[in-house]
Amino acid sequence: MAAATPEAVESRIVEALASFGPDVEQVTRTATFEELDIDSLDLVELAQIVEDEWGVELKGDDMKSLKTVGDAIDLVVARAS
Amino acid sequence: MKRRVVITGVGAVTPLGVGAEPLLRRWAAGEVGISDGEGACREFIAKEHLSVKEARRNDRFAQLAMVASDEALAQAGWNGEKPYETERIGCVYATGIGGLESLEGQHDNLRDKGDKAVSPLSVPLFMVNAGTAALSMRHGLRGPTFQVGSACASGGHAIGTAMRMIQMGDADAIVTGGAEATLTPLARASFQAASAMSPTGISRPFDARRDGFVMGEGAGVLVLEDAEKAEARGANILGEIKGYATTSDAYHITATLPEGTYASKAMDLALREAGLLPEQIDYINAHGTSTELNDAAETTAIKLTFGETAKDVPISSLKSSIGHLLGAAGAVEAIATLGALNARIVPPTLGLEQPDPALDLDYVPGSSRSLTPKNGTPKALSNSFGFGGHNVVLCLEGSA
Repeated sequence: MAAATPEAVESRIVEALASFGPDVEQVTRTATFEELDIDSLDLVELAQIVEDEWGVELKGDDMKSLKTVGDAIDLVVARAS
Repeated sequence: MKRRVVITGVGAVTPLGVGAEPLLRRWAAGEVGISDGEGACREFIAKEHLSVKEARRNDRFAQLAMVASDEALAQAGWNGEKPYETERIGCVYATGIGGLESLEGQHDNLRDKGDKAVSPLSVPLFMVNAGTAALSMRHGLRGPTFQVGSACASGGHAIGTAMRMIQMGDADAIVTGGAEATLTPLARASFQAASAMSPTGISRPFDARRDGFVMGEGAGVLVLEDAEKAEARGANILGEIKGYATTSDAYHITATLPEGTYASKAMDLALREAGLLPEQIDYINAHGTSTELNDAAETTAIKLTFGETAKDVPISSLKSSIGHLLGAAGAVEAIATLGALNARIVPPTLGLEQPDPALDLDYVPGSSRSLTPKNGTPKALSNSFGFGGHNVVLCLEGSA
């Protein structure tokens, strides 16, 4: 499993979210999931990717509290350390 | 009095290209959209028509439906605001099988990587009503919306049901039709195992050498409206659905009843609703699958309904050009039939070179003919039959 450095996590999460629909330039740390048209089904898929990459298991309640791309990156980095 | 139901827009994605226009033009010109034994929509590139998100969230069958619906609604003049309250616009849409490609892919994930690898999008991708839901959401259709399934009769059933619901006042307009995209390993193996699919990969309905259907994929969408309301808004009316009837063989899960009794009954009833005699029909768009049983039983059924005049009515099968689109077949065939009536042509049954002595009607072999309506407007029957013994017949009238 790759090391969950903040840079690696950010890069992988941005790549994953961009593959769901939004342009990669839109996927910044401050962008909200609402702005990016990322819904709960997308976030479950993001959680699967995160678990595959770093073994971090995110539950439904964890996902609900996420509002921005930065929130997701910070949560994964914190859980992985 | 029942309301009349007219067609104001059509759209298609088929092995003959993206659009209803190339479907008729290329079929009438004798082009075959089948290669390597399958009728794939090779000219359809999802990203040319759909966003990344739309493509990712929809199985191929729903993608085909969405693109066909954009064409149909544009032709109906529904580009901007809808002409009716959205709760008065429905969507009755067909598929025979559903998102099989997605289902097979997710099953691979489950088997190879475990249940955590199954996508949260799985059910919305493969559920049979995914196409209907996609059209309802894409176009904001908030009236009655549901999926119709009767195997290869599904498309015909969707159109007939939609027509009936407008007649009875359940909706003022309904987006209808059918889509299918099952060119997958499981579907191929299943139809081969049932001995339904052509081992030679050639679709030649009514030919002595016919040996099964060729599987195709595609989508057709029709916009149906209450005639008075469509006329009042100045819509361009392409034609009218004059009659619809459906019966069942109650005989065998895959084989058609050889005597054609109930397929014929459906033709009788559709003609009766249209107020037409068999001899007033200018053209029959046959189910014509290229299977031994269907083409013989359908011929028998046409003879039962048309009697002495059966030999006088031209009959052809679109499946000779694009293969069998399963749950989309009835929809795409209705669109091609309407187009043929309005272009005043009878498109051919392609590949019919060695007549079967037992099948002695006029199947329009080889090339198109011109069509001269017998009584003012041109009129046709379009037949669809499905595994399970479902029979559907639509009676269509083109414009004057």
